[in-house]
Amino acid sequence: MREASLDRLKAFLTLLPSIVLVGVFVYGFIGNTVWISLTDWGGSGSLAVDPQKNYVGLANYAELFTGFLAGGFRQDLVNAVFYSVMLLAGAIGLGMFIAILLDRKPKGEDVLRTIFLYPMSLSFIVSGTIWRWLLAPQGGVNILPTYVGLDPLTFEWTSSTKAVLEFNWQNLFQIMLYVAAFILILVGLWAFRNDPRKALKRWLGPGIVIGAFAWLGGSILPQALFMEETHGFNLATLGIIMATVWQYAGYTMALYLAGFNGISQDLRDAAMLDGASEVAYYRHVAIPMLKPITISAVIILSHISLKMFDIIFAMTGPDNAQTGHPALNMYLTTFRANDFARGAAIAIVLFLVAAMFIVPYLVSQYRQRKRG
Amino acid sequence: MKKTLAKICFVLVAAFMLAAPQGAQAKKLSGDLEIFSWWAGDEGPALQALIDIYKQKHPDVNVINATVTGGSGVNARAVLKTRMLGGEPPDSFQVHAGQELIGTWVEADRMEDLTFLFKEQGWMDVFPEGLIKLIGTDKGIWSVPVNVHRSNVLWYVPANLKKWGVDVPKNWEEFIKIAPKLKKEGVVPLALAQNWTANHLWESVALASLGPDNWDALWNGTLRFDSEEGVKAWELFGKVLEYTNPDASSLSWQQATDMVIDGRAAFNVMGDWAAGYMATTKKMEPGKDFGWAASPGTNGEFLFLADSFGLPKGAPHRDNAIAWLKVLGSKEGSDTFNPLKGSISARTDSDLSKYNAYLQSASADFGKDRVVGSLAHGVAANETFMSGFASVMEMFLKTNNAKAAAMACQQLADKAGLGK
Repeated sequence: MREASLDRLKAFLTLLPSIVLVGVFVYGFIGNTVWISLTDWGGSGSLAVDPQKNYVGLANYAELFTGFLAGGFRQDLVNAVFYSVMLLAGAIGLGMFIAILLDRKPKGEDVLRTIFLYPMSLSFIVSGTIWRWLLAPQGGVNILPTYVGLDPLTFEWTSSTKAVLEFNWQNLFQIMLYVAAFILILVGLWAFRNDPRKALKRWLGPGIVIGAFAWLGGSILPQALFMEETHGFNLATLGIIMATVWQYAGYTMALYLAGFNGISQDLRDAAMLDGASEVAYYRHVAIPMLKPITISAVIILSHISLKMFDIIFAMTGPDNAQTGHPALNMYLTTFRANDFARGAAIAIVLFLVAAMFIVPYLVSQYRQRKRG
Repeated sequence: MKKTLAKICFVLVAAFMLAAPQGAQAKKLSGDLEIFSWWAGDEGPALQALIDIYKQKHPDVNVINATVTGGSGVNARAVLKTRMLGGEPPDSFQVHAGQELIGTWVEADRMEDLTFLFKEQGWMDVFPEGLIKLIGTDKGIWSVPVNVHRSNVLWYVPANLKKWGVDVPKNWEEFIKIAPKLKKEGVVPLALAQNWTANHLWESVALASLGPDNWDALWNGTLRFDSEEGVKAWELFGKVLEYTNPDASSLSWQQATDMVIDGRAAFNVMGDWAAGYMATTKKMEPGKDFGWAASPGTNGEFLFLADSFGLPKGAPHRDNAIAWLKVLGSKEGSDTFNPLKGSISARTDSDLSKYNAYLQSASADFGKDRVVGSLAHGVAANETFMSGFASVMEMFLKTNNAKAAAMACQQLADKAGLGK
């Protein structure tokens, strides 16, 4: 008993420095940023030794989501969603594909592995600059077809003004309900196999009700803006997504390859003995076993996509609304426009979006550990 | 082996440490001088020439030339802000004269009043009165201008215009008349580059549409952006944009100028650093290989911007910095720097024989034209407005809605406190 408490004391003392440092430099500053985002710190005089800050409540957030001037931020937020989804799908898909190919142990596997992993070692500024040149409107990729006698491409990889999947920000609430309904129904269908009654009661039912409400009663919902404002998936972001996927596919490849190597040969042989084809082996044995790796790849990549800054800065410059990202907007708002409070509000929005990815993961980890 | 090397190093360092302070204490001015600017690359030699003059006068001062690259100081300004907020100001820093300095640093009470220096050096008489008004407030004068650039210039290649059979347009109506003809020839009528050059074009178009009186009224808050005149300026700008290149946002300003040089485009509106680029980098002869005119509809108006250096409060080597400012404002300094930089001197008594044909003509215009402040380069409005204007521009480029852009500008002006 005594020894145990002494152990605890020792553990506490060992942890104390990092608790204090993390407390001050992470959580303290998060708190400080939250406080700044609730003030009106900005404009002329904001760089004074003792600047004026008045509490204004949630005005900065309201302005970001519904204000006339913050249309750029909203486009950036939509862009960030597409960047995340495309980067996740692209990097994990391509990385897994390469890993499966390399797992078959072709000749020169170790050389290929290094080659594929190499882009990771470049900084975003370097790869961004290279890709900017490759994707220039009248050079690089676009003139490739001329080498085989075809007409050059005319697609503007980073400066196209076209957009697809456009929606009106005015209908924000309706869209949010649709998304919620979609997720609920999806989860419900997935849970249906195990426990139909629970799935119907918990997921499918509410999902259908919310979806029907959004569909039928959409017009009675309040509108988020007083004027029409369309946002969508800007085709100009394709160039940046390509560059990012190129850079991170190698990383996910390395993750999966390590995972595949960790699966024992016995399992593979057993699957083969039972008559599984190569495809079936990966589909039903290997990939499901690597679920923890997929989860960590998703979390790491989604964080990278939420912090994308340098590659966009290098490829399209600071003021390109087509390819903007909230992180870039935050920097410009804070350090160029001197609007510190608004910049802090953008930072907190980004922080909350990041938390949306990480908190469910932490909760499930915690539960697993409790169970185990 | 290693040990001997270490010993030699140690002796050398010790000798250096003993010798350094003795040498430094001998003369009047000593120690460091840190100058902070965004003049790297093409503009580097001009800055170096100024530093050389300073070194001649004060050989014992160790000049630290801190540059942060990035056109128009986009990156340098952010670095400067973190340094100032961190209580570590450079001795003197480059800043666009006008509201960019006043709105950000003077209102934050971070700058020293330089009126004493202007009086002592007799600069009150050699700098134009209008200029002193723009770099000062009622509480003082805040920076020493080193150069003057003109924003509203239309560039072209005379031989190409002859080939296509068009004249230089005197106003935007004329331009809109000749533009379809150029388009038919497969030529872009007006070359444009990334976002900030659109802001740059806007100020030339808006000045033509509004006239200088209304232009000034916009910035002192007496004319609203969403007034009829303001909306008209955006409408005209929208019409002009129809004749620009679609890949603008992925080009740098040099690439847009190249389009004119190569004959892929007929005209380009750019500040007169384009003259420096064409004359120095591209070895073209001003007046023969490339021509210029005031941008359409702004003849007799000089949309100006200036780089200047100020003295932050708490500069670690104040005396050295004041000596630096004296070099900047002197006739010698000004006439050494500007021909290299491709700008004209802010002084009225500069030696014009040192300047090329373009600069001589610009200098003559600066003396007689109506001088108004540039928005895109920090004279007319503070940074809150400028930065917000860039996003309004992006919105306009996407939607082409003049009314909405004008309304957004007015909201922005209220938020930035223009004219207060």
